[in-house]
Amino acid sequence: MLKLPIYLDNNATTPLDPRVLEAMMPYLTEVFGNAASRNHPFGWAAEEGVDYARDQIAGLINCDPKEIIFTSGATESDNLAIKGVFEMYAQKGNHVITTTTEHKAVLDTCKHIEKLGGKVTYLPVDSEGLISLDELEAAMTPETILVAIMYGNNETGTIQPIREIATIAHKHGALFMTDGTQAVGKIPVDVIADGIDLMAFTAHKMYGPKGVGALYVRRKNPRVKVTAQMDGGGHERGMRSGTLNVPGIVGLGKACELAKLEMAADTARLSAMRDRLEKELLTLEESYVNGSRERRLPHVANISFKYVEGEGLMMGVKDLAVSSGSACTSASLEPSYVLKALGLSDDLAHSSLRFGLSRFTTDEQIDYAINHVKEAVTKLREMSPLWEMFKEGIDLDKIEWAEH
Amino acid sequence: MAYSDKVIDHYSNPRNVGTLDKSKKNVGTGLVGAPECGDVMRLQIEVDETTNTITDAKFKTFGCGSAIASSSLATEWLKGKTVDEALAIDNMEIVEELALPPVKIHCSVLAEDAIKSAINDYRAKNGMPELEMAKSHH
Repeated sequence: MLKLPIYLDNNATTPLDPRVLEAMMPYLTEVFGNAASRNHPFGWAAEEGVDYARDQIAGLINCDPKEIIFTSGATESDNLAIKGVFEMYAQKGNHVITTTTEHKAVLDTCKHIEKLGGKVTYLPVDSEGLISLDELEAAMTPETILVAIMYGNNETGTIQPIREIATIAHKHGALFMTDGTQAVGKIPVDVIADGIDLMAFTAHKMYGPKGVGALYVRRKNPRVKVTAQMDGGGHERGMRSGTLNVPGIVGLGKACELAKLEMAADTARLSAMRDRLEKELLTLEESYVNGSRERRLPHVANISFKYVEGEGLMMGVKDLAVSSGSACTSASLEPSYVLKALGLSDDLAHSSLRFGLSRFTTDEQIDYAINHVKEAVTKLREMSPLWEMFKEGIDLDKIEWAEH
Repeated sequence: MAYSDKVIDHYSNPRNVGTLDKSKKNVGTGLVGAPECGDVMRLQIEVDETTNTITDAKFKTFGCGSAIASSSLATEWLKGKTVDEALAIDNMEIVEELALPPVKIHCSVLAEDAIKSAINDYRAKNGMPELEMAKSHH
């Protein structure tokens, strides 16, 4: 019997893989030492666990293990990368380029550096969520120190042209930082081949534990430095002080190892499942996929259903844990800024559902989700005056709405 | 958000969903809200002109669970009331009946406006002066 509700919000967080938990367990009990304690075996054992994890992580993203800085998660990594570069390279310039569809961890950090006198260019995206390389090139100035553009989008799954972006940044003497949170562990990410100088990512988006993430910081060609945002014991090459979260780090390491081993199989299975979900839901009239259909993460589908209101829809799909494209209440209407940046109207942005699949999602769950969403959309449309007007051929844009 | 059982019941089993013939002289139609605001409510009443009593009421709503529940409840309340009694329905009665959370009071306001708008449409069709819609809501 299918257990309800079904979890399809894996872009928010993934469940812990039992194999990751198993790897972590000893580090929560017997191997409890502080990895910075250099003078006794308890510390050495902990450090060994951390070093092993560094190797596993480096193996996934093709870097030197020394280039991994452990943090509390991707938000901290984004903060450390952007603020750290901004402070470290202040003499070179104060201009940062990012996009309008970044995660808030990047957007809000950019706003913060603007308050400190930094200049930030927010590149727009096209209807698929992709930036224009020409616009990036045009935005580069001698003052540009950092280009911060995410790898794969958390709402639509759209993957940016990372290598081309890196090339442009480097041509103009800027560093390239990417928020790899949704991409690392899901698709091949190779910091050397991709030309990435800094990359934020986190364990809990790839079946690891919450509260642990990493920042990749390139050590050569060029050697990148960031100003620490946390003062203290000088851990992590002085870039991030604080006692290491050893069990979390061991979990991140194991999650990376599993991701590398199983990525090809997971991708094939997830993209087939996602395509089936999409194909079925698109049989509903007036439904649209948001984001690029070609360049995107294998586990994400974001679909808008016209003439159905978002919160009503969320209530109608109560057996599914999905995310609405909007943070909507009648009091404060805020459709997703990501979907708006793609050019969606407010009402269409409101009526979208984001499905995030995982290693643990089953075909049976997808079948259920398809039927459940179809039923909910159909029922709500039968109740929707807008749907009735659409069916009668009335142009809704020509109606003078009595706004409230 | 935790909705009351009554909201969930009206959302899951909406009463009086449908469309009345708006070309009929004794049918009043009120359409309020806007798609970009996330709520559009259409309420219709059919009036027995001899008794001035509402014999039927239908709704269609594009909106959240509270908006659907508010309009569904409104149709239930409208049936059997005289037009004057219907005019006296206050949005706070809807809030109380459905135990709407504060952020959803807007939905009850919309329902009250839809009722008044439907009555006004009915009045206009029958040569009666329009009622003042402006009212300070709770």
